[in-house]
Amino acid sequence: MTADLALIWPELILTIGGLITLMLGTFLGDRQVGIYQLSALLTLAAAAAAVVALFGVNATVFSGTLSVDSFGGFAKLLIYAASFVSILVAPRFFTGGMRAEYPTLILFAALGMGIMASSRDLMTLYVGLELNSLAAYVLASFMRTDDRSSEAGLKYFVLGALASGMLLYGISLLYGFTGTTDFAGIAKVLGGDLNIGLIFGIVFVLAGLGFKISAVPFHMWTPDVYEGAPTPVTTFFASAPKVAAMALMTRVVIDAMGPAVGAWQQIIIFLALASIILGAVGAVGQKNIKRLLAYSSINNVGFMLIGLAAGTQAGVEGLLTYLLVYMVTTIGAFLIVLQLRDPYGNQVESIPALAGLSQYRPGLAAAMSVFLLSLAGIPPLFGFWPKYLVFEAAVNANLVPLAVAGIVASVIGAFYYIAIIKTMYFDDKLDVEVVDGGNIVEGSIVTVSALWLSVIGYLFIPVLAAMSANAASVLF
Amino acid sequence: MSGGVGLLSLMLAIPAVAAIVCLFVGDRNARLVALAATLVDFAFGCVLWARFDIGGAQWQFVERADLFGRFQWALGIDGMALMLIMLSVFLMPLCILASWDAIKSRVGLYMAMFLIMEVVMIGVFMAQDLLLFYIFFEAGLIPMYFIIGIWGGANRKYAAFKFFLYTLLGSVLMLIAMIAMIAEAGTTDIPTLLNYNFPPAMQTWLWLAFFASLAVKMPMWPVHTWLPDAHVQAPTAGSMILAGVLLKLGAYGFIRFMMPMFPDASAQLMWIVFGLSMIAVVYTSLIALVQSDMKKLIAYSSVAHMAIVTAGLFAFNQQGIEGALIIMLSHGVVSAALFFCVGVIYDRLHTREIDRYGGLAVNMPAYAIFFMLFTMASIGLPGTSGFVGEFLSLAGIYEASSWVAFVCTTGIILGAAYMLYLYRRVVFGELTKDDVKAMPDLNAREWAILAPLAAVALWMGVYPESFLAPMRGDVTTVVARLAPAKPAGDAHLAAGKPKPAKAHGEAAHGSAHAGGAQ
Repeated sequence: MTADLALIWPELILTIGGLITLMLGTFLGDRQVGIYQLSALLTLAAAAAAVVALFGVNATVFSGTLSVDSFGGFAKLLIYAASFVSILVAPRFFTGGMRAEYPTLILFAALGMGIMASSRDLMTLYVGLELNSLAAYVLASFMRTDDRSSEAGLKYFVLGALASGMLLYGISLLYGFTGTTDFAGIAKVLGGDLNIGLIFGIVFVLAGLGFKISAVPFHMWTPDVYEGAPTPVTTFFASAPKVAAMALMTRVVIDAMGPAVGAWQQIIIFLALASIILGAVGAVGQKNIKRLLAYSSINNVGFMLIGLAAGTQAGVEGLLTYLLVYMVTTIGAFLIVLQLRDPYGNQVESIPALAGLSQYRPGLAAAMSVFLLSLAGIPPLFGFWPKYLVFEAAVNANLVPLAVAGIVASVIGAFYYIAIIKTMYFDDKLDVEVVDGGNIVEGSIVTVSALWLSVIGYLFIPVLAAMSANAASVLF
Repeated sequence: MSGGVGLLSLMLAIPAVAAIVCLFVGDRNARLVALAATLVDFAFGCVLWARFDIGGAQWQFVERADLFGRFQWALGIDGMALMLIMLSVFLMPLCILASWDAIKSRVGLYMAMFLIMEVVMIGVFMAQDLLLFYIFFEAGLIPMYFIIGIWGGANRKYAAFKFFLYTLLGSVLMLIAMIAMIAEAGTTDIPTLLNYNFPPAMQTWLWLAFFASLAVKMPMWPVHTWLPDAHVQAPTAGSMILAGVLLKLGAYGFIRFMMPMFPDASAQLMWIVFGLSMIAVVYTSLIALVQSDMKKLIAYSSVAHMAIVTAGLFAFNQQGIEGALIIMLSHGVVSAALFFCVGVIYDRLHTREIDRYGGLAVNMPAYAIFFMLFTMASIGLPGTSGFVGEFLSLAGIYEASSWVAFVCTTGIILGAAYMLYLYRRVVFGELTKDDVKAMPDLNAREWAILAPLAAVALWMGVYPESFLAPMRGDVTTVVARLAPAKPAGDAHLAAGKPKPAKAHGEAAHGSAHAGGAQ
């Protein structure tokens, strides 16, 4: 048992760091933003360092309920990085309203997500998921005096509870019919004949997880929560939990359900196509940029699921690359949303208000265009590459119709991305200018990610390929 | 070219760097930087042509750098690519000059977009790696979207959307086909793929996917409708580059990929290309005849010319393909010149309505002469570039199918009709309108643009061998690749019975006609 503790340093650091941050906030008061923010950032950095130090270890701990491997490590690094940025940009957004609960909740959410990404047992899966979800519900309603924020939190909680219920029901069915909660044990039973109970179990587990990654038809909460939650929290929701839930789904599908290809593959294909199409069509009429990015995230989840549907190592590699590139893109896009303020300092979220942005904020408009075109997957922007990888995996797994349907639907998606560019570049300037409330930290994150997503990213393909191959090989 | 940065990479780097510089140096300097960069690139293009070894290796100036892991930074050109690169780098400085006074807002961004466009276009012709090709091919959408959308006419937003989505929808299917090809052949290297024999059943699907993409780019009837909108709304230089080079990307894709990589499918599905080409030639020519907007008229004439290109390519013989390539080059020069001619009078009167003009020969004689030359070149008058291409390709088409040749020739007659009708209404007639009377003749800048275009159009018409020589070997390679799949033509050309006089002469004569005699 004590030997196991040495392998879960990242989780230990996050737990202790989270508690210290909470104490700092409690005793020093909410106004000492710098101190507890620094404590939270250092905790994340230390946890990330611990993950890096553990690279190469491939072991299971706590009687095989949690695994320490490079797949979990890859996901955790992404999760910690996204959490880091979400904490970094928060104080300026909340101005006077920043409280120590914010970084603490993010740290605990990150802890939960780390457990999700490395669980190999249905029980640890559920514990990690709930730890993340409970922190996320509170974060969504963090601006407690704001109606939209409270509504977002409540909606997220109610629908999240429903999804958890479905997931638990599925878990209980799987446990009942296989006699184990261990992924490997479940896989062994699923390799034989499937009875109706097992199939129901698979369907309910995937439905519960589908809610967490906001795949259609379990996506209804996403636009409302993204719109209502404070923008730094939305940045967080759009990045880290996506990575964690996607990693978890991959592990469940490949590790636990792997042998029952016929059962899960058609579900994943349906989720993928429905997400791509509805994510694209639903975005067309949106006037709020945060809602639009919510639909964009639904759309992109669909493309990631294409990689998963292939069920091959190449598919999972594509999915992991996609997660990384998507995370960089979406964080960049939300940081730009964070900087848009009217002359009175209020947040600007309406797309028509961006008209003519390129004429007085050329840099901001250019970076936003890079992010949007990258989300659309138009070469030469780097967003093209992960899309290529998942489509390649699908074609090589003989899922050509899926690839064709997905890629044709991606053109619908391109429509609303270029519509925003139209607003920023082609439309005339409005009388009220949106002023840039950016500072050096946000500006440099945006600049670096925009540059990376323009052609420079292609130079990183060998590194990305090695990392994702290393991570994905654990599952096969 | 191994080791260090090669000439081709340098040609890509210069406009790329200049594009970034343009964004930061202010309006006036941006124009100068863009002009300097495009001229330097043109100079490098001339060096490339001078150093190109005609009859040498198929791929020259080859560069390879394993930068991207899964695919390579692989560049290299053959004769066809060389000529199309020359066309691009030749037109580019003229486009920059054409926008010198016409573009007044956001000049830095405009010049940057044109320079990126140049990188992308010559990149397409240089790419030796399938994925690199696709990235360049698709990347052209973005700068063109901005050029049409920001600096276009009244209905520019609609045109920009239509252009972007139409061409994107076509291209994505090609990507799926490329993935399947890479999986089947196990390489992204274009020279290797050119000699890979895909299973015939697979070829059909790959061919159709490529066709969906390239037919839109071409554009072929019935997926040509984005082109008139894009041309009418685009600024003058945008139309020049769109007609001059972008329309050639589709045809380049036909001859570089579809025909040599899928010869069986090409032979099998030839009827689709011939059918659509025949419809396009007649139908779009008739539409052009009734246009009241000058740019729209020339846009429809482009569709008709491109249809002769596709028919010529699918004739599967030396004349047909060489002719198609010459039409591509000729149309690149001539249509760019015609769009500029429209731009010249548009800058003065701000309308493209044909009826608003008339009698320009009186007060703009120099303009009238240039316009006349390019009108004749578009019609295909002997002595101009258009004649060489049209004659060669129709001769080739005739060998493959006399019906197709018959219908395509009708298009040329109609072409003469609509171009001469346009010329009569704009340039001849009474000079009655006061605002037209006040229009000054060409200025020095416009001379500097039209004179080189005219010189090249005449050069290509009088001595086409300069342009044909570098491409001949590549066309022979393609024809040889297609030979096993080539269907019999309906022309039944038979060599006459030569007099049994000199023995060595007879042997040479007989072999020269062997292709047609089957």
